Amino acid sequence: MVQALGYLKETASQTAGPYVHIGLTPNFCGIDGVYDADLGTTMLNERTLGERISVSGRVLDGTGTPLRDALVEIWQADAAGLYNSPSEMRGAADPTFSGWGRCPTGADDGVFRFDTIKPGRVPFKDGRPMAPHITFWIVARGINIGLHTRMYFPDEAEANAADPLLLRVEHRHRVATLVATGSAPNYIFDIHLQGEKETVFLDI
Amino acid sequence: MSDRANGKPETGAFFPRDRNWHAPALTPGYKTSVLRSPQKALLSLDGTISEITGPVFGHSMLGELDNDLIHNFAKPGESAIGERIIVHGRVLDERGRAVPGALLEFWQANAGGRYRHKKESYLAALDPNFGGCGRTITDEEGFYSFRTVKPGPYPWQNGVNDWRPAHIHFSVFGHGFAQRLITQMYFEGDPMIWKCPIVNTIADRRAIEQLIAPLDWANTIPMDARAYKFDIVLRGRRSTMFENRMEGN
Ligand SMILES: [Fe+2]
Repeated sequence: MVQALGYLKETASQTAGPYVHIGLTPNFCGIDGVYDADLGTTMLNERTLGERISVSGRVLDGTGTPLRDALVEIWQADAAGLYNSPSEMRGAADPTFSGWGRCPTGADDGVFRFDTIKPGRVPFKDGRPMAPHITFWIVARGINIGLHTRMYFPDEAEANAADPLLLRVEHRHRVATLVATGSAPNYIFDIHLQGEKETVFLDI
Repeated sequence: MSDRANGKPETGAFFPRDRNWHAPALTPGYKTSVLRSPQKALLSLDGTISEITGPVFGHSMLGELDNDLIHNFAKPGESAIGERIIVHGRVLDERGRAVPGALLEFWQANAGGRYRHKKESYLAALDPNFGGCGRTITDEEGFYSFRTVKPGPYPWQNGVNDWRPAHIHFSVFGHGFAQRLITQMYFEGDPMIWKCPIVNTIADRRAIEQLIAPLDWANTIPMDARAYKFDIVLRGRRSTMFENRMEGN
């Protein structure tokens, strides 16, 4: 016998189901008066530093049909490359920028949209700078465990080419699934759950 | 928000997820997963600062009735119909440490099994005094509680005669974006749990049992509400004692 490690097991994920919007964006789906506003709808204000951008896109199933019952959350650094988080030890982030956004995919067209700023660069674990990126998390009916991925910027070719995470993508043509289309200030990031253009999802 | 154990925020990467414990992406018994499941391998990577950090939600954002689903949608002086219950528990990480400041959001059907949603077509009646959503934030020791009515089971289109056992959906936001979790809580003694295709996306019986809240008789409030206890475990973090220092630190 040896000592017991005594670790607990993570609570198993279950699908967010068809009504995730009731719980996470109730005002969006017509449940008014419980919360003043849905969380994560506003990431910045007029004093926030940085280049204003929008990121919109869809989450598409294996037939190419956009999901209209999904929920997308993003997390990103501020313009100086600092996260507005207690675990950020490199300095104080812009207090007017939350870095976190939440958006349901639209009931009609399946489009999500975030109005945010372009993030600065943050270091990889070994100190190499990562290319500017936004972290994504996607849940929906039919998704048993939330999907993590990242969006990189199409106008950062040089930084993307040296990005430590993108360099880990074995099939190089799949790097494109992590790079937005469009151009400043309006970027488009479609997320393909499966098929030819399946987005690279992360176990991170 | 500072940590709790030693007064310092934690910066270690999270323990890898046990992908055999969680449901796989493709679970044909739950039909919607077939076209919504990634088919290619996930890219596995130790967490970077982009995943080990996360936003903070302050208690000040909470309204007085946010954790009371019996009253937060009800007309003044009225309340939701159904079995009054209290759901309470603790959010811990895999190391057994409390997770204070965790944002919990929950949603559920009413006592008849009906959701307040325009895409919902079940013939059970809406309760005009029940909205179906609530939220709270764990205290310094990771504890939370809320008041609601016990949700009813409901049928859904999957197999010809599939029903969901009574359940409450939970969204949990811990300290790092990689801890993000959505799950469902079930009720002790419900025979429908083991018939449910969504429950059965999880292969390991112990992982399912961890989703079943026991009746907590000790905390049941006489003449008011029964209690169910539901603890939630988020991913743990490595100690940073042996980590390489990042450049610029
Ligand atoms: Fe449900």
